[in-house]
Amino acid sequence: MNQWIEELQTELLNGQVLTDTADRVSYSFDASFGEYLPEAVVQAKTKEDVIHVMKIANRHHISVAPRGQGTCLSGGPLPVKGGIVLDMSQWPEKIDVRPDDLIAIVSPGTITASINKKLESYGLMYPPDPSSAHVATIGGNLAENSGGPRGLKYGVTKDYVIGLEVVTPEGKVIRTGGQTIKNVTGFDLTKLLIGSEGTLGIITEAVLKLIPKPPAAQTIMAVFDDVESAGKAISKTLTSGILPAKMEFMDQASIGAVERYQPSGLPVDAAALLIIELDGHQEAVTKEAADVEAVMNELGATHVTVPATQAEAARIWEARKLVSPAIAAIKPTKVSEDATVPRSQIAPMMEKLQRIKEKYHVELVVFGHAGDGNLHPNILCDKRDTEEMKRVEQAVEEIFQAALELGGTLSGEHGIGTMKAPFMEQELGNVGVEMMKRIKDSWDPNGIMNPAKMFPEHNQRLVLRHE
Amino acid sequence: MSDWKTLQDKLSYDKTFDCVQCGYCLPACPTYETMEKETHSPRGRINLVKMAAEGKIALEELEEPIEKCLGCMACTSVCPTNVDYASILEGAKETLASETDKTPTKTENFLFETFFPSSQWMNRLGSAAWLYQKTGLQTFAQKLKLTQLAPFPLSEFEKVLPAQTSPSERKKRSYRVQPPGKKQATAAFFTGCVMDGMFFDINQKTIELLRLSGVEVVIPSAQTCCGALHAHSGKAETAKALAMDNIRAFEEEEIDFIVTNAGGCGARLSEYDMLFEESSEWHKRAHMFTEKVKDISEVLVMMDGLSFQTSVKKTITYQPSCHMTNVQKVTHAPWQLIEQIPGISLREMSNPDFCCGSAGIYNMVHYEESMDILDKKMKDVNAVQPEVIVTTNPGCLLQMKLGIEREEKASKKEAIHLVELLMTASPQAKEPASEQEHVL
Repeated sequence: MNQWIEELQTELLNGQVLTDTADRVSYSFDASFGEYLPEAVVQAKTKEDVIHVMKIANRHHISVAPRGQGTCLSGGPLPVKGGIVLDMSQWPEKIDVRPDDLIAIVSPGTITASINKKLESYGLMYPPDPSSAHVATIGGNLAENSGGPRGLKYGVTKDYVIGLEVVTPEGKVIRTGGQTIKNVTGFDLTKLLIGSEGTLGIITEAVLKLIPKPPAAQTIMAVFDDVESAGKAISKTLTSGILPAKMEFMDQASIGAVERYQPSGLPVDAAALLIIELDGHQEAVTKEAADVEAVMNELGATHVTVPATQAEAARIWEARKLVSPAIAAIKPTKVSEDATVPRSQIAPMMEKLQRIKEKYHVELVVFGHAGDGNLHPNILCDKRDTEEMKRVEQAVEEIFQAALELGGTLSGEHGIGTMKAPFMEQELGNVGVEMMKRIKDSWDPNGIMNPAKMFPEHNQRLVLRHE
Repeated sequence: MSDWKTLQDKLSYDKTFDCVQCGYCLPACPTYETMEKETHSPRGRINLVKMAAEGKIALEELEEPIEKCLGCMACTSVCPTNVDYASILEGAKETLASETDKTPTKTENFLFETFFPSSQWMNRLGSAAWLYQKTGLQTFAQKLKLTQLAPFPLSEFEKVLPAQTSPSERKKRSYRVQPPGKKQATAAFFTGCVMDGMFFDINQKTIELLRLSGVEVVIPSAQTCCGALHAHSGKAETAKALAMDNIRAFEEEEIDFIVTNAGGCGARLSEYDMLFEESSEWHKRAHMFTEKVKDISEVLVMMDGLSFQTSVKKTITYQPSCHMTNVQKVTHAPWQLIEQIPGISLREMSNPDFCCGSAGIYNMVHYEESMDILDKKMKDVNAVQPEVIVTTNPGCLLQMKLGIEREEKASKKEAIHLVELLMTASPQAKEPASEQEHVL
């Protein structure tokens, strides 16, 4: 056995270092593409565990891929270079709420949804709401800078983190930021680490900023005959002094898929659907709902629904939630992208997506967080069909190009990981990528932290085919 | 090459592609919670099966993760892409049983060779257990620690064995009973081998509740074990043969329903059609059978023929059977019945859908793992401080009794079947509301 594994076994408790084939295979994947077999899986439960792992790994130049619950859609926790998968999901949950400071101090293994469950009794809220929040760990959310529908009004993970405890690649412990909202001392390392995808260090504790929970909410659903009007209705709403909490979009293909999967009363002949949620005080929400309804009608919505009860609203959101499973019934493999464009470019982006769909003959459906330009073009395919997958790869490449041409970005909330690494230079330019690499090299001189993520290898291309 | 394809078919390789590895099954999986490894999660197991089918790992690597799956199917209720986990799991078990040198454990041999082959055996077992309890042999055996010599901690289970019905009482059972008033429907009762062997009394009460609801009840004598335990242990052929026996047995009667009072059996019976090739003769016959399968709670709610006379001033909690929830999809009926009982206070525990760890013979074959799961369940049970834990499946019932038995402080809690609870409330046949309603 490798000496470094023996050293890990000496420093950590029995059972925390997994080397059996079945265990290693079980940590070789995430919710994206590809399998990479680690040589060992270490289940860290304390800061000291992480320090031991990093010191040993750094001494022996063994790569370390940190992992939460493996729900990542961009390959973040994949051990591309073998080495160690550092499983953080078994770290005991800690949610230390300090209501007077409007903060919560959390452990990395805490399930994101548990935080809001705990905050309920304080009337507080941690806004980022990735759809996997009931499964994913906050540690994974921090590393990937996750977002969700509420991003439109409230922003993403990085907007709610004011301090971190981090174990460096050399096994030292630092604290960044602190417990105050205002803090301009030194570089903002907190923001640098959030979304660094495990390439700079291991987050062992985070200080989250909380906000009061809005007391009321109102859902509105608007149906459109054409995508362009829906796009205009989004822009018009956002420029009329109203900021909804969520503004979700469904195209005809996703509406049809939901109705075939589980009839939910959606208008199947509609070209586009907007589902909007306003939140705040009841009086304000009522007034804004009337305004939004007027905007939708003015821009040619064929039908606007303002549900009178919570149950009715819940049914609408349930239909929206069904999009993911419903489209999976079309074909088994789902390539889920999150290229994001400026809000004004939603309609042009929709047009480009339509052209890409026709050009490559792929099953492309579009839904997502339209209010913040974070559309989710999903391609349904079958990874056993290599010819089809080749077309999918080309279509995905063109989706990225389309987003960048419109002034957008490769990823709104899923992260770069392995899949989008080949396109980094297109967005950032070679100097931009080079400056990021310099930061990476000075943090992690031996290049052990989650290698092969974010930065492309020489001539790396997107490959989705099943080997 | 063709052998490889056969292996892939057997492992339901194609079905593994329906898993998009989103991980939404992780929070629902009891073994992921207690064993704390992706290896023991639904997503992990599906991936291992896929890897084995692709020849990337040896079949033997599947053995532990597959065997330690409870088969509670909670993952299938939360899966956003409807992965057919049941087929993947059973395929893997069958493949392991036939393709590897895996020898069944002593416990498995004991149970399959001696315990479950036919209802007659279970009857004999019930009678033997009665003899054992009545003659004082039980105390004798306990003193000699004989019960500890069984291949699994028999002594633990033996302590929670209910008082057994005597052989002469068993013989008195009528095989056809008529309702007190006008007959509204006819049901064939599926007795179940564990239920009839160990909980004969609950079966009799089930028949009585049906009768009071206006149902004529018949007990087809040719019925046999449902085959669930065999299927869950990779004995697919035996399981199929048992299914055919039962289909034949229940075709003999003109009936509206096939009623079970065991979630595990009910789930199996309700899936008989999946054992046969579509559009085959047997598939048709199986489909006719499954259409009629109903849990006792569903039938009682549907008939709406009972009124409860006695107030039951107890605080209870309800532990649903996983197979009833996740396979039969019966969730509301037990609640509706409990709420009809006057005076009762029903407190829902948190995570009611988390398996109790009984899972067929899991608690005997994997005792330690099962007790870890049970400990977690009892924590949730105790948080609502019930006097009574109500279940709908014999395995769960024994396991909950075991949970109570294992507690350090002697507790006054008891575990009973839903049918027993209903009987304590003195059910009576409702007066027919009006004559017209019954004219069909």
